[in-house]
Amino acid sequence: MSKVPPKQEGDPNTTGHSWDGIEEFDNPMPRWWLWTFYATIVWGVLYTIAYPAWPLVSSATSGLLGYSTRGEVAVEIAAVEEANAAINMRLAEAELTEISADAELNSYAVSSGAAVFRTWCAQCHGSGAAGFVGYPNLLDDDWLWGGDIEAIHATIAHGIRNEDDPDARYSEMPAFGEILEPEEIASVVNYVMDLSGGTPTDASLVPAGAEVFADNCSSCHGENGLGDRELGAPNLADAIWLYGGDEEALTETVTYSRYGVMPPWTQRLTEAQIRAVALYVHQLGGGE
Amino acid sequence: MTDQAPPPSLYAAREPIFPRRVSGSFRNLKWVILAVTLGIYYLVPWIRWDRGPDLPNQAVLLDLANRRFYFFWIEIWSHEFYFVAGLLIMAGLGLFLFTSALGRVWCGYACPQTVWTDLFILVERWVEGDRNARLRLHRQEKMDARKLRLRLTKWVLWLLIAVATGGAWVFYFADAPTLFVELFTGQAHAVAYITVAILTATTFVFGGFMREQICIYACPWPRIQAAMMDEDTLTVAYREWRGEPRKHSQEAKTQPMGDCIDCMACVNVCPMGIDIRDGQQLECITCALCIDACDDVMERIGKPRGLIDYIALSDEDRERKGAEPRAVWKHIFRPRTMLYTALWSAVGVALLVALFIRAEIEMTVAAVRNPTFVTLSDGSIRNTYDIRLRNKNNDERLFRLSVVGDPALRIQLEGTPYGSVDVPADTSLLQRVYVVAPRGSDPAEAGRTDLRFWVEDLSNGDRAYKDSSFNGTGDQ
Repeated sequence: MSKVPPKQEGDPNTTGHSWDGIEEFDNPMPRWWLWTFYATIVWGVLYTIAYPAWPLVSSATSGLLGYSTRGEVAVEIAAVEEANAAINMRLAEAELTEISADAELNSYAVSSGAAVFRTWCAQCHGSGAAGFVGYPNLLDDDWLWGGDIEAIHATIAHGIRNEDDPDARYSEMPAFGEILEPEEIASVVNYVMDLSGGTPTDASLVPAGAEVFADNCSSCHGENGLGDRELGAPNLADAIWLYGGDEEALTETVTYSRYGVMPPWTQRLTEAQIRAVALYVHQLGGGE
Repeated sequence: MTDQAPPPSLYAAREPIFPRRVSGSFRNLKWVILAVTLGIYYLVPWIRWDRGPDLPNQAVLLDLANRRFYFFWIEIWSHEFYFVAGLLIMAGLGLFLFTSALGRVWCGYACPQTVWTDLFILVERWVEGDRNARLRLHRQEKMDARKLRLRLTKWVLWLLIAVATGGAWVFYFADAPTLFVELFTGQAHAVAYITVAILTATTFVFGGFMREQICIYACPWPRIQAAMMDEDTLTVAYREWRGEPRKHSQEAKTQPMGDCIDCMACVNVCPMGIDIRDGQQLECITCALCIDACDDVMERIGKPRGLIDYIALSDEDRERKGAEPRAVWKHIFRPRTMLYTALWSAVGVALLVALFIRAEIEMTVAAVRNPTFVTLSDGSIRNTYDIRLRNKNNDERLFRLSVVGDPALRIQLEGTPYGSVDVPADTSLLQRVYVVAPRGSDPAEAGRTDLRFWVEDLSNGDRAYKDSSFNGTGDQ
């Protein structure tokens, strides 16, 4: 540290700190700054009284103004619903098959249906509607219960094989493990693999499988295995398998049967929402 | 903190400036520029341009709601905003070019702050008289009836100009005749009123009261201009070697007197309130009014003009030695200005080329990759694409979509059995498009196959394409 000249009378006050001879003035804060600082303290106290602030054991102080972000969202949702009330009414009351011809209504239905789908349907059918094993792919052209707009609407409204809606679509495949011998099951599995254009693991079993099929399966799946939409019986001659098309999956299906369930949506969604999501699904690429 | 002197205040009160009327060639040039620029600003929104039934008939319109920019026969969509970026780059380079050649010529002649201040000073002079009358009025402390009347008249006139300025601005963003009526009948949107109010306030305050303070304190340009200027830049300067020693100076008593008779004409006309004889200074906007004022005096006393003149720094040394200054074109055509000109032209040419080669139809393709492909019941593989088709024409067009790539690929459009779709006039349309590869075909079993979408305007054969790819099962 270099030599610091001794203090003279009249030198400005310093804090007494000195770095290599550089000293710091001890000037007061500017008045405007100080008042702004006090104002922020007052503001802060008032803010914690007016708005939710102090954490308590299980909640927090709610504030005198009664503000909450949840309440704000509720107000916004209510405003949107009110704004859409008229078009939702139109959507709920229009003839189902004629909505797609009304460009404005169709556009609204498809975009709001997409939102409904992502909220309520994507958990099982996937965000892209491609489904998973056991949950149908809604993009393809294969429909268990029908793919026109009315069939899709009925499926969404009432669901599949549920106990909550008496109008739910219902059918049940027997577990053939209790009816057929393992050899018969093996032969019918190979027959079905051949039917759908796949390669059977043991082609010699196919003729025997055809007989087993005709006796046990054709009543629902049809003589040629093309399925029956009245019964939700899948088409076995196409390339699409809900539970898998290899020998192991098919053996399991025949032995223990399958029982896919979908809830009814009339109890949770409005008619306008159900129609919107039906129209959305219908235009995904497989609608009939 | 006992006997300590208070620190000097950092605040400097504004020195009022009363520029005297001046006439001369630079003043005339400035009047012409003022008339032309203000004329363009106020009148352009009223020029009509027939674009057909569904489009605005305003020649220049920034349609923010529909994201369209109309400029006579050119229509720019929001995704073509690079044109605006290009124009801004050109404006920047142009400013560099003019500054390196002629100093702050933008500030002195064309800057809105200068133009409107000029207009406001003109009004001020009409109402209150020239410099001396205004000075007297300013020094008169008592607000009597005459002073009040003059002040009010001036402020009302300023306010009218300011309202017209703010009003003209909003006409660039909506149909001018419609908005004009709406503004006066109280039907216009609040944004229009707020914009008019803000611009009225800024015009009134900046042009009437702040004037040179905007240039000195608010504008960043004076701070960076030095980087653009060099010793060849022509800028307003005083030939001090010719003028000094000026009359009334101490030196003039012992030495032969220079040409400057210290009449203060250059100072009195200066809108920035500076003395150009002190040399180049930050405040000088090179408006050249001091040149006019000085030339006038020089002619009257029978001395050559140009005591104050556009001079380059490099000529100063030559002139001090008695040599002739270099020709003006030698100052202007030098590597620096030519480089700026070249860059400016390159951007301009690129924009023009882009303008002429851009198609009236366009599309963007977004491949849907959730899921990457769908197996159909006959075993074929389908990919989905969201294609946005843009029709920039003034009438509805039928667009046909096709796909080129593997011959096995087939295209289908959602919602229509046909391969074409109607796109209404001046809109874009989002169309879901499927591409299907039959079971066992190469693209169905390959991992990925390149393809190209073509869109064709069936009315005139215009075509555009976009490349994408097709995802198969990847079994191969």
